[in-house]
Amino acid sequence: MSRSTRPSSSLLRAAAVTGVAALTLTACGSGSGTGSSSAGSGEIKVGLITKTDTNPFFVKMKEGAEKAAQSEGVQLMTAAGKFDGDNAGQITAVENMVAAGVKGILITPSDSKAIVPALAKAKAKGVLVIALDTPTEPQNAVDALFATDNVKAGQLIGEYAKAAMTGKAAKIATLDLAPGVSVGVQRHDGFLKGFGATDKDVVCAQDTGGDQAKGQTAMENCLQKEPGINVVYTINEPAALGAYTALKAKGREKDVLIVSVDGGCTGTQAVKDGKIAATSQQYPLKMATEGVKAVVTDAKGGKKSGGYIDTGVTLITDKAQTGVTSKDTAFGLENCWG
Amino acid sequence: MTATSTPPSPPAPYADLKAPTTARRLLTQPTTGPLAALLLACVYFSFSTDQFLTGGNFSLIVQQVMVVGVLAIGQTLIILTAGIDLSCGAVMAFGSIVIAKTAAQGSLSPLLAIALGLVVCGGFGLLNGLLVQKIPLPPFIVTLGMLNVAFALTHIYSEEQTVTNLPGPLTALGETFPLGRTDITYGSLVTIALFLLVAYALSNTGWGRHVYALGNSPEAARLNGIRTSRLTIGIYTVAGLLYGIAALLLISRTGVGDPQAGQTDNLDSITAVVLGGTSLFGGRGSVVGTFIGVLIVGVFRNGLQLMGVASIYQTLITGVLVILAVTVDQISRKKAR
Repeated sequence: MSRSTRPSSSLLRAAAVTGVAALTLTACGSGSGTGSSSAGSGEIKVGLITKTDTNPFFVKMKEGAEKAAQSEGVQLMTAAGKFDGDNAGQITAVENMVAAGVKGILITPSDSKAIVPALAKAKAKGVLVIALDTPTEPQNAVDALFATDNVKAGQLIGEYAKAAMTGKAAKIATLDLAPGVSVGVQRHDGFLKGFGATDKDVVCAQDTGGDQAKGQTAMENCLQKEPGINVVYTINEPAALGAYTALKAKGREKDVLIVSVDGGCTGTQAVKDGKIAATSQQYPLKMATEGVKAVVTDAKGGKKSGGYIDTGVTLITDKAQTGVTSKDTAFGLENCWG
Repeated sequence: MTATSTPPSPPAPYADLKAPTTARRLLTQPTTGPLAALLLACVYFSFSTDQFLTGGNFSLIVQQVMVVGVLAIGQTLIILTAGIDLSCGAVMAFGSIVIAKTAAQGSLSPLLAIALGLVVCGGFGLLNGLLVQKIPLPPFIVTLGMLNVAFALTHIYSEEQTVTNLPGPLTALGETFPLGRTDITYGSLVTIALFLLVAYALSNTGWGRHVYALGNSPEAARLNGIRTSRLTIGIYTVAGLLYGIAALLLISRTGVGDPQAGQTDNLDSITAVVLGGTSLFGGRGSVVGTFIGVLIVGVFRNGLQLMGVASIYQTLITGVLVILAVTVDQISRKKAR
């Protein structure tokens, strides 16, 4: 019985698999719209590799790169890791882009150290490598870095919180990113520097991974540990909103100062709504735009970008403090990402 | 009580009687479809990009899939017994950190560090096998638990730090040698050799026939005099050792010991096995199919990237192909009744 049916079942398998493969290929080939079909051989190709496909920060970055690529008349290739921290996925993307003949690669490294050997190989093949948002370790493993000064971003909200707390004894909680991730460490340290505090003054420090649900849990636990907390530093606005939810449940949302970093549109709106006192806004779109331009300039034989290029950071709040420079949420919402 | 540890599967007990005699046929048949899909994809990408059809690019694809490929060999063996291993990526990550850290921080010579990594990964496999066979617990649960154990140990032992400055022998498999105008990594050769070795063992040895018999029906296999308990534990242990080799390949490819590695590799390996035509219900399939399955994923990822298609479409296509492959498996099973 099985003898007679098996050949036909394998034929069925072959037909079905190939059929759908072909269908999907044609479907996405026509639907991608990222200039895949118009890839002329003489055209300059630029690669953008983000940490993930789904984080709004990287979505905005991609949007910036696409616009810049269009106005510069070059082809943009994009790729991303499967999750934040997917180093192997980023290595694969680097290799494929080098194989595709890109002139330059813009990358937000998921793992600052682990990506370095792969980038060195790309550089050895003459590809300009630029880090966006997150520096590599060592920083000179790439040709240039376009990023927010995260120490400064933290310092701005630290100074703001200091001014807002004048005359009150501060009990600080910090909702951080994750151990050993440079962005989180720099923002945290910058905040403490701006506030004029040290880690000893922090009554509760918790990692959140920048996640809203984890931010809420962390804040709940911090309040359990030390109910008198009145200043909360958060790594980003999702963590800040999680903290707000936890504080609101305790009826403490009015008398606790929450400050954050990022400047996403949801986060900036939360500043406008008074949930977050202030945030340091960064500009992923600008990072990508400048990055694409740098690759094009280099490919056309122009001046090679090098070193660290600060893409700027702005303190956004509607309750300005004297002595601290800031812009209001109207500006923030106009320039937000996500 | 029977010694079975498999989750309840659709009833097909009478298919078991002819399993030993048709084992050889089963090895080759289910790969026809996947092979056709692979070739079609290759032809498509050859026409749509200039860079696809080059020796260097094929060498690259093999390098990119070798880690998941070796994991998928172990996964195939376990799935052939109607089991599943969710812990493979995490066990590999732990093995890679053990190797990288003990060697890079000077406490062990590189070769001893590699041996330790293999022993650790093999130990995880042995433990999986014992829990599945002796208690017995469902493989899904055992390996889900082990996934978390290995994941946690990786992060505890690494202290969340990426291990850099690895001594030469650890990355030797990432070195290349020229073949014509193409550079091939030694790791690719190791991967292909492992696939050939296990394919031979499955199709041409008594052990291989026992694996298929066990997958078709543990009870029938036991009644036929196969020591199913020892066989099952052995399969999980061999799979663990393969994860140790994958750990070494991973280190050689990335040049670092990375605690974040392998997080989705368990699912990627299952994807490769399923795309390769191996049945999740056990007893049908082959590692040759798995090799084709691994290549399908690698070729799509590489080809779409060369075309400039965003990576999210790779995920979309892989998902569709997986559902399709299982559907075809189910239909062909029904027809075979």
